[in-house]
Amino acid sequence: MLAIETADLHKRYRDIHALDGLTLSVEPGSVFGFLGPNGAGKTTTIRILAGLARPTSGRATVAGLDVAADRAQVARRIGHLPEEPAFYTWMTPPEFLDHVGRIFRLPSAERSARARELLELVGLAEARKRRIGGFSRGMRQRLGLAQALMNRPDVLFLDEPVSALDPTGRKEVLELIERLRERCTIFMSTHILADVERVCDTVGIIARGRMVAIARQAELLARYAVPAFELACEPAEAARLAEWARALEAEPWVQSVTPHNGAVRVVARDVAAAKARLLPAAVAAGLPLTRYEMVRPSLEDVFLRLVGPEGGAA
Amino acid sequence: MSLLVALRKELLELSRTYRLLAVVALLVVWGLISPLLAKLTPEMMRLIPGGEAFLALIPPPTIADAVAQYVKNQSQFGVIAALILAMGAVVGEKERGAAALILSKPLSRGAFLAAKALALALAFGAGLALGGAGAYYYTALLFGAPSLGGWLALNGLMWLFFAVYIALALLGSVVARSQAMAGALAFGALIVVGGLGSVPRLGEWMPSKLLAWGSSLALHQGGAAWPALAASLALIAAALLAAWAIFRRQEL
Repeated sequence: MLAIETADLHKRYRDIHALDGLTLSVEPGSVFGFLGPNGAGKTTTIRILAGLARPTSGRATVAGLDVAADRAQVARRIGHLPEEPAFYTWMTPPEFLDHVGRIFRLPSAERSARARELLELVGLAEARKRRIGGFSRGMRQRLGLAQALMNRPDVLFLDEPVSALDPTGRKEVLELIERLRERCTIFMSTHILADVERVCDTVGIIARGRMVAIARQAELLARYAVPAFELACEPAEAARLAEWARALEAEPWVQSVTPHNGAVRVVARDVAAAKARLLPAAVAAGLPLTRYEMVRPSLEDVFLRLVGPEGGAA
Repeated sequence: MSLLVALRKELLELSRTYRLLAVVALLVVWGLISPLLAKLTPEMMRLIPGGEAFLALIPPPTIADAVAQYVKNQSQFGVIAALILAMGAVVGEKERGAAALILSKPLSRGAFLAAKALALALAFGAGLALGGAGAYYYTALLFGAPSLGGWLALNGLMWLFFAVYIALALLGSVVARSQAMAGALAFGALIVVGGLGSVPRLGEWMPSKLLAWGSSLALHQGGAAWPALAASLALIAAALLAAWAIFRRQEL
């Protein structure tokens, strides 16, 4: 049984087609990175899967349960962290977690033990006596994560879970997500590609409400990442390097040439030919190279290729 | 079960945010002041320059004046408090996002809504109980005791009167997309329902008749307003059912 499945999911808001036949499936136990540009339909998808919005048409299931027909059952099996979690600001963190525990009908002893454990886990144990109203955005995000875990969910929906956190907080939350991998399926939307590369084993890329790619991260990189080479010179020779690189565009084995962080990135159409000819050509041109490397394909390359101006999906 | 969980939260919120205290204090203060105001009106007239000329026109205050003062003050200030508290109850949580967070959990929207209505009704019930007791004591002290059963009935009917506006304001809070809009809807309802109360024949069915009925019960006078009672109960039920039907279809 799949942890999450959607089939031809559509969502219209008057003239806007937020989801346009979204089809995806997520294996149990995986950490699924849901990537897409702003307005691609990531939050709409999560809201539908969490039972907060209804699809215009199509079907969605979570833990084998239809999100429209079995809303109450689905709610028992999931945890949900919205992008900007909002709480009852007059409560303290243990009080809020206790309220959530009561909604899930957890016994009193379990509620208090679980609240203590989760506040420790997300680094809010010190702030347990403070009112949530005085919390920073990062602290709210951590509390949001704690409340989403209160019921030990089978499927955890995280909408931009680290966007409000400082680098240390981000690292801690990502480590926490990695640890949760064993316990539940995680569906995480984000625009921070490095985070996806770090924690997600499966990646789905959405653009204009449609899934443009979905695969395990390694497969996706192998399938879509473009073979690229980077060359760099002393800063004084940068202009000569750029001029030489522009001339390379005429070569049949070169797909494109772009300046990249003070160097030049050459995307090859024919990798074997590029390997054989690129470096000799630079040497023959008398360029004093300080760096020459075949660049490891990144998720950013795949993302830009699929949803950037070249990809045409965005 | 989930209604009790939601109700617990609502009562805790009313208490922690001092709204419960405000409601109770408002109704107690006006409950205590009203019979005093009735008693001291002639004295106050004497303090106004030239007011002595009107003293002869004012008959000595009676228990009927005390009851009238009580009903007028409690209903005016109480209904405004009811609208203010109820109008932001749902739309406020929707705007902030707290409703989306909590309603993605196994808490039904019906329980969420019913808890808000019940908590406000209980708060006003507590305020009326204390305010009514205080007013009864002072009225008895200054004018002689009104009928206890009638006094309880008066406060029960006034509580129902508040409940009508709580239900209407909650409906507005569900329908509205902002707190300002919810406020406009709530006070619009007050104007419409209040205005209809002064329309001949139709007024017999309006909640304001409950207050007149309560007053006559407290003063051992005859007369009943069963149509107003039936219409008020129907209005409460219709407003809450409509709020639930709309809210359960809303996307958060």
